[in-house]
Amino acid sequence: MAPLPLHTAGPYVAGAYIAFFLIVLIYVAIMATKLTRSERTLSELTEQVKRRQRSSDDNGR
Amino acid sequence: MTRPASSTVVLALLRAQLRLELRTFESLPAMCLFSVTAFLLFHFGLDVDSLSGNLASGVLWVTLLLAALLAINRVYVADAEQGGFDAFVLSPAERSTLLLAKMLVLLIYLAVVELVAVPAFAILLLEPSLWQALPSMLGALVLGNLGIAVIGALVGALAVRTQARDLLGPLVSLPLLVPVLLGVARWTAPLFDAPRAGAVALRWPLVLALYDAIFGLIAFALFDFLLED
Amino acid sequence: MYGKGLRPLSLITAASVALTLVAALFWAPNDAYLGFLQKIFYVHVPLAILTLCGFVAAGLMAIAHLRTRDPRWDMRSYVAIHISLIFGVTVLITGSIWARGAWGHWWVWNDPTLVSFLLVMLLYATYQPLRFAIEDPERQARYASVFAITAGAFVPINFAIVRLAPAYVHPRTLSNISGNLPGRMQVVFYLALFAITLLWITLWRFEMTAKHVAAQTRRLRALLGEESDEEGPVRRSAAPSLTHAGSVS
Repeated sequence: MAPLPLHTAGPYVAGAYIAFFLIVLIYVAIMATKLTRSERTLSELTEQVKRRQRSSDDNGR
Repeated sequence: MTRPASSTVVLALLRAQLRLELRTFESLPAMCLFSVTAFLLFHFGLDVDSLSGNLASGVLWVTLLLAALLAINRVYVADAEQGGFDAFVLSPAERSTLLLAKMLVLLIYLAVVELVAVPAFAILLLEPSLWQALPSMLGALVLGNLGIAVIGALVGALAVRTQARDLLGPLVSLPLLVPVLLGVARWTAPLFDAPRAGAVALRWPLVLALYDAIFGLIAFALFDFLLED
Repeated sequence: MYGKGLRPLSLITAASVALTLVAALFWAPNDAYLGFLQKIFYVHVPLAILTLCGFVAAGLMAIAHLRTRDPRWDMRSYVAIHISLIFGVTVLITGSIWARGAWGHWWVWNDPTLVSFLLVMLLYATYQPLRFAIEDPERQARYASVFAITAGAFVPINFAIVRLAPAYVHPRTLSNISGNLPGRMQVVFYLALFAITLLWITLWRFEMTAKHVAAQTRRLRALLGEESDEEGPVRRSAAPSLTHAGSVS
């Protein structure tokens, strides 16, 4: 079998490498949504702690 | 409390399961009926009157494998639904006796089904006569059944107490059973050749025996963990 | 703390992946038979090796889980299978592209490596549904470990058996490397293997950190005694919760 010339093989190689990077990028995107969710929950919890501190300060006075 | 001998426990479990089957007829008739129906399906689906070689071997073993799934799905259902697991875990018996009993049950079911399905296949679809191939065929059936029973007894226990056991049982066990299918189908394919090719490659019996042994060990090592609550 | 040292690790990973790309595309010689197409080899083969090693590693982690009953081992095993599944999808895609380029078909059945890889992927595709179908987190972890060990043992056995089936066309990687793979190709291959290994470890650590953060947040919420926002029955999840049996540090 003769080696495939560059113009034939090129798209295949590019396709394979792009597929690899695309899947890693999709994974990163999914991680980003998870991170956003964690961030939101944490800020909610922080808000709550602040609220509690405020109300306990009020009661203390 | 003294621990009962394992062989006694296995026999008692086996007897209980077989009695249950003889009263309810949940698995065996369905398996036999399914395999004959599958041969009919292959006849119409492939539009052939007789099969030989690879095709015959494949049709027979795929049918037997799918019929076995019916039993794998059901073999633990009574234990899970009617408290058999709990009672068994409370008893002083070794836990692996349950696995051994279920393997034996599956082996018996498969043997009975094959008593119906293999002659039916020979009459309905197989082109060459089965008689000359019979000894080698019996060997393939024994090692193939052993593999199905080992994997079925483990995966059945894994799948039975899940929400979607009817789906998970086949989905998990079929990939694990592909090497068994490969072994037995390649083993028996030359037996079903019209002009008999003769020599059966020795590697398939060896591969099957090794596969059965390895997964037997895995099943015995892991089964205890499936029964812990 | 799984986030510790993640930044230098990520940087090293990024650098070695970039170096591999440059080396594979511009430095390595073209293959005598496959020509430029052979460049797929540098991404396809290391990914496949890492996928399978990841599955086996997940089985070993599952053994540790059953021995120690530490839910963190279950989490490690779960994340390892997760990352390996992602890698496995890329292996199937790149392998399919290679098959198309080299043999003219998107899929070739007479290639035992490709076929056994698909079989392993089909088996592992049932891992998450299995977890999802078990509500009790402790039993979910235990059953998942039993699955991970069985499947982890299945991986090498399956490859050995399917390879016994005759007539294959797949280039034998390892024999190629020891035998007739020219020096530069060999160097680039090991470089790629190194880079992809780092990538696997980095992604595993990322996922572990994310899961750990989520678990800590849940614990914080419980400590604050806040009611869950979600009404009705508890949401089922395939992911390990890390809440049962013992504390999480």
